[in-house]
Amino acid sequence: MAIVKSLPRTNSPLVEVRNVRHVYGKTGASGLLVLDNVDLTLQDNEIVGLLGRSGSGKSTLLRSIAGLITPTEGTVSFPPVPDCGPTTVSMVFQSFALFPWLTVLENVEVGLEAKRVPKEERRKRALAAIDLIGLDGFESAYPKELSGGMRQRVGLARALVVDPSILLMDEPFSALDVLTAETLRTDLLDLWYEGRMPIRSILIVTHNIEEAVLMCDRILVFSSNPGHVVAEITVTLPQPRNRQSPAFRALVEDIYARMTQRATPDQPREGLFPGMGIGMALPRTSTNTLAGLMEAISADPYNGKADLPELASALHYEADELFPIAEVLQLMRFAELEGGDLKLLPAGKRYVDSDVDQRKTLFAKHLLNYVPLAAHIRRVLDDRPSRKAPARRFRDELEDLMSEDYADKTLKTVIQWGRYAEAFAYDESADQFSLENPE
Amino acid sequence: MVFFFEDAKGARPLVRMLRRGGGLPWADFAAFILLAGLTVMVIHGTEQMDAPLAQLHTNPVTLDAARLPEYALRTTLRMFAALAASLVFTFSVATLAAKSRKAELIIVPALDILQSVPVLGFLSFTVTMFMGWFPFSQLGVECAAIFAIFTSQAWNMAFSFYQSLRTLPADLDEVTRQFGFSPWRRFVRLELPYAIPGLIWNMMMSMSGGWFFVVASEAITVGNTTVTLPGIGSWLSLAIAREDFKSVGLGVLAMGVVIVLYDQLVFRPIVAWADKFRFEQTASQAAPKSWVHDLIRRTRFLRTGIDVVLWPLRKLAALEWSRLPSVPRVRVTLSPKTDRALDAVWIAVVLVACAFALWQLIGFIARHLTWSDVVTTFGLGMVTLVRVVVLIALATLIWVPIGVWIGLRPAWSQRLQPIAQFLAAFPANVLFPFAVMAIVAFRLDPNIWLSPLMILGTQWYILFNVIAGASAIPGDMKEVAGIFGIRNWQWWRQIVIPAIFPYYVTGALTASGGCWNASIVAEVVTWGNRHLEAAGLGAFIANATSAGDYPRVALGIAVMSLFVIAFNRSVWRPMYAFAERRLRIN
Repeated sequence: MAIVKSLPRTNSPLVEVRNVRHVYGKTGASGLLVLDNVDLTLQDNEIVGLLGRSGSGKSTLLRSIAGLITPTEGTVSFPPVPDCGPTTVSMVFQSFALFPWLTVLENVEVGLEAKRVPKEERRKRALAAIDLIGLDGFESAYPKELSGGMRQRVGLARALVVDPSILLMDEPFSALDVLTAETLRTDLLDLWYEGRMPIRSILIVTHNIEEAVLMCDRILVFSSNPGHVVAEITVTLPQPRNRQSPAFRALVEDIYARMTQRATPDQPREGLFPGMGIGMALPRTSTNTLAGLMEAISADPYNGKADLPELASALHYEADELFPIAEVLQLMRFAELEGGDLKLLPAGKRYVDSDVDQRKTLFAKHLLNYVPLAAHIRRVLDDRPSRKAPARRFRDELEDLMSEDYADKTLKTVIQWGRYAEAFAYDESADQFSLENPE
Repeated sequence: MVFFFEDAKGARPLVRMLRRGGGLPWADFAAFILLAGLTVMVIHGTEQMDAPLAQLHTNPVTLDAARLPEYALRTTLRMFAALAASLVFTFSVATLAAKSRKAELIIVPALDILQSVPVLGFLSFTVTMFMGWFPFSQLGVECAAIFAIFTSQAWNMAFSFYQSLRTLPADLDEVTRQFGFSPWRRFVRLELPYAIPGLIWNMMMSMSGGWFFVVASEAITVGNTTVTLPGIGSWLSLAIAREDFKSVGLGVLAMGVVIVLYDQLVFRPIVAWADKFRFEQTASQAAPKSWVHDLIRRTRFLRTGIDVVLWPLRKLAALEWSRLPSVPRVRVTLSPKTDRALDAVWIAVVLVACAFALWQLIGFIARHLTWSDVVTTFGLGMVTLVRVVVLIALATLIWVPIGVWIGLRPAWSQRLQPIAQFLAAFPANVLFPFAVMAIVAFRLDPNIWLSPLMILGTQWYILFNVIAGASAIPGDMKEVAGIFGIRNWQWWRQIVIPAIFPYYVTGALTASGGCWNASIVAEVVTWGNRHLEAAGLGAFIANATSAGDYPRVALGIAVMSLFVIAFNRSVWRPMYAFAERRLRIN
C-alpha cells in the first residue's frame, strides 16, 4: 500500500549548492581536495540521499549546508520560499552527540534554550517532540541508561524540536545494529509520510546502498578522490519499498556498478586512492583480510568472479568496507574490479593455491612492483650501507604530500604489508626501517 | 525500581510529590541543625578576618584546647577561600589559553613550570607585599596566607581545565555550533560539564597539597617580622616552640578531624554528584557513593537548602549575556603567511620580555652576591638532588611490592586505598618534631636522618597509584599468567611492571615534586630550642627566608626551579611518553 504525503508540494528549491569545492588542511597544493565542483538543489518535500564511500566528501557537503564548515570555494544559499519564514536546518549525528550530563528532556531542550525560547514553551515543545518520537517515560533518563536506538531517537527529537525546514542526517543509523536501524528507518518514514514532522525536506548521508534506495526519492552518488557527483538517480518505487522485490534489487545492483566504475576508462590504476606515486594514501587493510577475500572469491560459489553486492551481504560487509579491500587487490594486480564484479587475476589465483612461504614471496613481488611507497622504502634501504633508515624520513616525505593523519595511516599500512612480505623490517621503539630480521 | 533524583522539575509532578512525601522527619531535623550551625560558623570565621592587626598582639594564639575548634575553622575557611580563588584563576586563565593561540604560547609553559617550582619559597615576598597593601588590618596577612595556599593549588587545576577544553568531543562541539550557542551557554552546557571530573580530582589533590602550606604559611617569620594568624598551623608552631607534646598531638588530631570532615561533607558528595559528568556513554559498574549525597537527595529540607544555596548559580547559568548590548566583533581574516609572521613577532616579544626579566633577576642577585655564591648554591642543589633520587628509589623499592600485593587483592585494596589517599592528604610536616626528638636522642647524623622527612608526606602518591595500577590489571592477563605458570622475575618483568608503569610514573612524578618542595621545611627542623640542619638547597632557602635575605632567597628558588624542571624534562617526561606509547592496556 502506498501512502501519499499530504503536504502540498511547492516547486521552489530550499537549498542551492553551487560549484562547491573544499580543500582540507594546508591551503595550496599540499591540501587534500575532498569536494570538487559539486552542485546540489534540494527541492521542497523530498528525501535526498548522498551516497558514497568514506572520504567522498559527502559529510563535508552536509556540514557546509549546516553552516559548520565554510567551503573553500562556491556558494550554499537558501532561496526565500514564498509564505514561509527563513529556511532553517537541524542535524542528526552518526554518534548521536548527546550531552551525557543532561537528561533526555534537557538534551531535547538544548536547541530551544540556545534560541532563548521561554521556559514554559520550551518544556511544552520538548515534551511534544519526545512524545512524537516515542520516548515517553524516558524524559528523566540519562543517555548512558539508554540503548543506541533510544539515544538516536533523542538525537532525532532534539533536531525536530527546533522546527527546522530541513533535517540533515549524517549516517544516522550506521552506529546501530541491523534490527534497531531498520525499526528507526521505518518509524522515520512513517512520520514523514504521515506528515507528522514539521520539516519540508530531508537530506541524508549514507554509505549503505540499500538504505538509500529504501528511503530516498532521489540519490546522488558520490565518487571519491576528489568527491564529486557521478550520478543522480530518481527512485520512483512506491513506498513502503520491499527489499526483496526485483525492481529494488535491480536498482541496488545498478548503483553498485556505478560506484565501482572508473571515472574515465584510461585513467591509471593508481588513481583509485588519493595521490600519485609514493604520495598515494593507502587504506588500513590487513594482509589477512586481503588473503581472506581472495580465498572467498576463489572458492564456491564464485569460482574466481564475484558480484559485489552478493559478496558483501554473504560476508556481512557494508559496501563501504568492501570497496577499499577490493581496490587494494586491484592495485596489486591480484584482482580486477569491473562493472560491479570483482574478478581474480591469475596472480591472485596462484596466491590462493600457494603455501605460506610462496604466498609471502608472491606478495613481496607484487608489493614492490605495484606499491610505489614500498618500493621507495626498499630502494632507500638497499642504497644505504647500514641497511637502516629512520621512519621519520618517510613520514616527512608523506606529510608533504598528504595530511598528517593520512600519512600516519599510510605508513602503518605499508609497514604491515612490508612485514608480512618480509620486504623490510621495522623497529617500533627506534622508529626505523631496516633490512635485518630481529634477533 | 530506578529513581531519577536529578530529574527535571515538573516533568512528572505527581510522581515527584508522592516520592517526596515519604521523607524522614529526623533527617530533616538533623539537616536543619547541620546547616544552621555551618552558617553561623562561616559568618563568625569571616568576621574575624579583617580585625585590626594589633589584635594579633593583644590576643595571641594560645594553646588552649577550647579555642582549637575555632582555629581549625579559620584554617579551613582559608583553605576554601584559596580554593575559590584558584577556581576563578582556572576559569579565566585556562579559558584564555584554550581560546587564544597567542596567550597559549605563554600560559601553558608558565603553568607547567609553576606546577613544579617550590612555591614555599615565594612566601617571604608575598607576605611583605600583602602587608604593604593592608598595613593596619589582619586582612593583609590573611591574604598572604591565602595566597600562599593558592599558589600551591591553582596550577594543576588550571592545567586540567585547559586540557579538557582542548579535548572537547568533536560531535558535541558541532551540536553547540549548529544550534548557535552563545559563548556563555557553551561554557555552561559543554565546556564546564566536560571538564568537571578532571577538575574535581585536581581540586582534591590541591586541597591535600594545601594543608602542607597552611602549616608553613600561618606562622611565618620574615626578617624581623613575625606574624602568627589564629589557626591550626600557628597552634602547631607554638606547640613545637614550647616543646608541648600534648598540644602537638591535639593539633594533629584536630587536623585529622577536619580532613575527614571536609572529605565526607564536601568532596565525597561532590564526587558522587559529578559521576554524571563522566564522559562515557555506558553506565558505570561502581558509581562513587556518599552518605551525605544520599542524605541530600532523600531529605526535602536539605534539597531545598541546597536549592537555595545553588539558586544564584542556577540563575547565572541561565543568564543570557548577549541581552546586554554586545560589542560588534570585527573578524579579520589574515592570510596564513601574515598569521605566521604575527606569531613570530609575538614570540619575539615574549622572548625579549623573558630576557629582560632574566637580566633583572641576574642583576638583582649579582648586586648582592658573587659567583661563588651561585656555585655553592648549585652544589647544595646537587646534594638535595641526591637525596630526592635516593628517597624516590627507596620509596619505590618499599611501596611498589606492597602496592602490587594490595592491588591484586580487591578486598584489601578497597579498604586500604582510601587510607593511602588520606595519608597523602595529611601534612607530614607536623610530624617532624618527633623525628627531631629521635635524632637528638640517638645522636644521629642529621645530614642523613633528616632526609626521610622529605618523602614522609609524598610517598603515599606512589603507593596509591601503584594500587590503582595493580587492581586495573585485566583478569585475562592474570589468567594467562596462571595457565602458563608465569611467576617470579618473569611475572614481574612481563606482566606487573608494564601494567603498573604508567600509574607508577604518575605517582613518582608527584612524589618527587613534593619532595623538592618539602626539602625547604624538612632540611631545617626545630623542636623548642633544638635546631637541626642538613646541608642542602632547602636549608639554604629556609635560612635565607628567616634571615630576610632576599637575594639569597631569589637565587635559591631560581636554582631549585632549574633543578626541578631539568629533572622533570630529562627523567619523568620521557618515561611518561614511553608509558603512554607502549604500555597502555587497550
